[in-house]
Amino acid sequence: MSTIEHFMPLLMQREEEGALTLLLSHGGVHFLWIKYSNLYLVATTLKNVNASLVYSFLYKTVEIFSEYFKELEEESIQDNSVIIYELLDELMDFSFPQTTDSKILQEYITQQGNKLEVGKSRVLPTVTSAVSWCSEGARYKKNEVFIDVIELVNLLVNANGSVLLSEIVGTIKPKVFLSGMPELQLGLNDHVLFEITGQSKNKPVELEDVKFHQCAWLSRFNND
Amino acid sequence: MTDSKYFTTTKKGEIFELKAELNSDKKEKKKEAVKKVIASMTVGKDVSALFPDVVNCMQTDNLELKKLVYLYLMNYAKSQPDMAIMAVNTFVKDCEDPNPLIRALAVRTMGCIRVDKITEYLCEPLRKCLKDEDPYVRKTAAVCVAKLHDINAQLVEDQGFLDTLKDLISDSNPMVVANAVAALSEIAESHPSSNLLDLNPQSINKLLTALNECTEWGQIFILDCLANYTPKDDREAQSICERVTPRLSHANSAVVLSAVKVLMKFMEMLSKDLDYYGTLLKKLAPPLVTLLSAEPELQYVALRNINLIVQKRPEILKHEMKVFFVKYNDPIYVKLEKLDIMIRLASQANIAQVLAELKEYATEVDVDFVRKAVRAIGRCAIKVEQSAERCVSTLLDLIQTKVNYVVQEAIVVIKDIFRKYPNKYESVIATLCENLDSLDEPEARAAMIWIVGEYAERIDNADELLESFLEGFHDESTQVQLQLLTAIVKLFLKKPTETQELVQQVLSLATQDSDNPDLRDRGYIYWRLLSTDPVAAKEVVLAEKPLISEETDLIEPTLLDELICYIGTLASVYHKPPSAFVEGGRGVVHKSLPPRTASSESTESPEMAPAGAPPGEQLDVIPTQGDLLGDLLNLDLGPPVSGPPLATSSVQMGAVDLLGGGLDSLMGDEPEGIGAPNFVAPPAATVPANLGAPMGSGLSDLFDLTSGVGTLSGSYVAPKAVWLPAMKAKGLEISGTFTRQVGSISMDLQLTNKALQVMTDFAIQFNRNSFGLAPAAPLQVHAPLSPNQTVEISLPLNTVGSVMKMEPLNNLQVAVKNNIDVFYFSTLYPLHILFVEDGKMDRQMFLATWKDIPNENEAQFQIRDCPLNAEAVSSRLQSSNIFTVAKRNVEGQDMLYQSLKLTNGIWVLAELRVQPGNPSFTLSLKCRAPEVSQHVYQAYETILKN
Repeated sequence: MSTIEHFMPLLMQREEEGALTLLLSHGGVHFLWIKYSNLYLVATTLKNVNASLVYSFLYKTVEIFSEYFKELEEESIQDNSVIIYELLDELMDFSFPQTTDSKILQEYITQQGNKLEVGKSRVLPTVTSAVSWCSEGARYKKNEVFIDVIELVNLLVNANGSVLLSEIVGTIKPKVFLSGMPELQLGLNDHVLFEITGQSKNKPVELEDVKFHQCAWLSRFNND
Repeated sequence: MTDSKYFTTTKKGEIFELKAELNSDKKEKKKEAVKKVIASMTVGKDVSALFPDVVNCMQTDNLELKKLVYLYLMNYAKSQPDMAIMAVNTFVKDCEDPNPLIRALAVRTMGCIRVDKITEYLCEPLRKCLKDEDPYVRKTAAVCVAKLHDINAQLVEDQGFLDTLKDLISDSNPMVVANAVAALSEIAESHPSSNLLDLNPQSINKLLTALNECTEWGQIFILDCLANYTPKDDREAQSICERVTPRLSHANSAVVLSAVKVLMKFMEMLSKDLDYYGTLLKKLAPPLVTLLSAEPELQYVALRNINLIVQKRPEILKHEMKVFFVKYNDPIYVKLEKLDIMIRLASQANIAQVLAELKEYATEVDVDFVRKAVRAIGRCAIKVEQSAERCVSTLLDLIQTKVNYVVQEAIVVIKDIFRKYPNKYESVIATLCENLDSLDEPEARAAMIWIVGEYAERIDNADELLESFLEGFHDESTQVQLQLLTAIVKLFLKKPTETQELVQQVLSLATQDSDNPDLRDRGYIYWRLLSTDPVAAKEVVLAEKPLISEETDLIEPTLLDELICYIGTLASVYHKPPSAFVEGGRGVVHKSLPPRTASSESTESPEMAPAGAPPGEQLDVIPTQGDLLGDLLNLDLGPPVSGPPLATSSVQMGAVDLLGGGLDSLMGDEPEGIGAPNFVAPPAATVPANLGAPMGSGLSDLFDLTSGVGTLSGSYVAPKAVWLPAMKAKGLEISGTFTRQVGSISMDLQLTNKALQVMTDFAIQFNRNSFGLAPAAPLQVHAPLSPNQTVEISLPLNTVGSVMKMEPLNNLQVAVKNNIDVFYFSTLYPLHILFVEDGKMDRQMFLATWKDIPNENEAQFQIRDCPLNAEAVSSRLQSSNIFTVAKRNVEGQDMLYQSLKLTNGIWVLAELRVQPGNPSFTLSLKCRAPEVSQHVYQAYETILKN
């Protein structure tokens, strides 16, 4: 009986007891799992692994599978079993996550299955380059940038109606069609908005914390 | 067309069909067949029978097909090692393929085939791939070294792959660097002592440079590796921190946590006076807060780590209380963890908000969460004194809800509040008593009983209340039983007149009808205490209790420091050191925070823990259930409480005074030590030890056997003495001595020719003697003895010769012959050469024999001027086969009881009295043949004084 076969019975048992925890262990094996719709993605380990890395990776895997198969569910896994094997091969090697950028993966792992011409390398230098999120030499007829701003407003109000906590978690998602690999700078300016609404006297919006995609120069941002 | 169809073929003869398809000429058909095989393999069917056919498909230029075949190989190679060899050639060939993807694929797959025979073939291709021009191949090869190391560590070391791997840390490609670091860290984990990573300022610099360029996962590897480094001083620590800080803005939570780990660890080395220290503290807060917007599992990991960070450095998040307010849609595990952090962050400044929140939580639906919230209110009351009153009234409000589990939790925490603020909130007792009947959980019942007992004098019907619990005494849990016992004793001491019956009842229930040793012991303690000295009982039982302190279930400081080194890992989630859950101890290295080695002057003490929790100082912690009971008895003696002596009780209880004085003195001497119920040994075991056995008092039970250390060293050998001077023997001089070694006696002789002629034809003979000593072999002098020549001869002896009693007893007459003449001499041998190795008498036997030998056979001697102690005496005598059977200490003197046996079977028993500081010993010998005593005494003298 392989290790993973202990997982579901253990999970069910714990669920019944109402003692379900994020970390399950059986023997010396620890299961780290996430649930996506009706699928469980489980990582197993014997060691003191980096748990946040494991969970990040599991979520990343969900993200990539979803991008590949549109919907990630039991059926799509069966339908794409071969490609899942191929993907897992690239995603992780000996428990070290490798290339997890679906844009790049899609360039050399395709649903059609590559037929390689002998002698001609199809490995994209991108895979291992410092810029691992887009391939070099992109050309677009029209150079354009689309920016989506998605904001999540969290508001915590108590029974008396006073606001306990309010925060906005905003995401800026640029979709870029620019030839080559130009460096871009993004400036946020609340001045314009305040001028339009006539609240120019207000103090500026404060960004408490900013997180960046891999492509941003973190150290440069930090210095400026 | 999807792959799912491969999973649906389940008809019989499948394997056979697949075999045919695999061998088909058509590429498409082949590929389909391999896919079917893989599908079967995936769902757990055994398709290993197809091994040769699948391996045949390996030679293909179709990458997808190749990958599938490799996949199959990885799965089945182990079960078919011999067949797997067939694939080796293809692997080796693929490692040279012009296509880097194929090269990498081959080296990746080969590493996953855990077959010893194959690993040998792997070395050469791997060596090439480690130096491949394509970084994709190099990064795959780097991982392969770790794989190979897992299969055969020795091979990897012998082949020098570790050095190549180390070189890769300087590779131009960041992904290669990251994988090399990951591989090395993995290998180093199983070799904790090896200095594999060899971190030094140069290599650290390389890692920090690569950190900016590699993938998120690579950044995690590098950060985790950096965390193992100990900077040489605070400057270096600061410069590393500066370069790691930008990672806090990464989108991947794992990168952020690993960066936090590095910063938390290196911060330890920074002086708190430094401006940078403050800056760093400020920079840490926002990223930690943002981690709470991640997916729930990641939030949970983050919260468990924040829990550690808050304990280590509360100042980082002290203003961020609100972000830990629970959201309605948080999973329960996130809610519970947030609650815990809220209490840790609670302070006078934010207590109002916290309390308002907690009150809301107490009306939620999830029972576990509500319980924890109620408990949290109690913890706040204890932690923030100013809020205590508010907390108590909040708890009273909650009790009014009459929700069963809320009431019970509230009572448990109110008990703790009473222990922190005695005599302050007793007004609520009435309300508590109203809810007595609804309590069904042991902890709540125990808490309520404690309250009743503690405040018995203010509760009019305390006796009735306690009596009602007593009815079902044996159905209660141990916790409740113990508490009830204590409470009733308290009640009795406070209101002796009305409650005698009650206290007798509970004492008899506890001591006579219970199977629980803890309960019985505590019952007896009270019983005896009350019966012997009621005043003392009052002092002990009703003493003032120490206040409980505020911080609740803090992690012990050294563990906390260790866990800080494991931020982000499973250990930090479990709050346990890795050794507690990683089996086999592999990869378990005890980590600790670096000491602060400041290059700048600083007078500040190296104390790093949060204020109020200096390292080393043990914090009192609110006892969780179970501990409390132990605590209640662990009393400091307060000022004596004077009261009327309770004469009545002692009369009634004296009857069961079975236990002798042992417990009394115990109680009298160490009133503070009776805390833990287990401290007092069960009476049955204590008493006999003190009374002692009547017969042969010391000898029988206090025997301390010196273990029979081997006597191979042999007994004492006197220096050679001249037995036959040359002038008496025409130039032959004989000197000699006797030895006994490993059971054989010998006579060591030295023959010197002081004549002018050569001596030959030596022979020796003994006259009959007391113990039958005789040469066991002829005297062998091999060469003629030239003038002025000396030979050393060891003549083995036995004791089977003719016996004749000699005077003195140890006299030996010897005749030596040579070519010149026959010479006679006599010598005295020391008796100890006759002491045999099995002369150690059994203790019982010794006792019996000693008594049996008539007293007139006893001889007493003084051994003077012997500066040895009992131990040395004993061991020295033992090497001459005088055995210490027993030893005891009587009035400061060491009495050694010894036995020895002579070769003719005569036993000699001895009692040697050694007084520390006095060089004279008294030796009493008892023997059935008293004439040997004198010689035994001489043997003692000889052995002890040389």
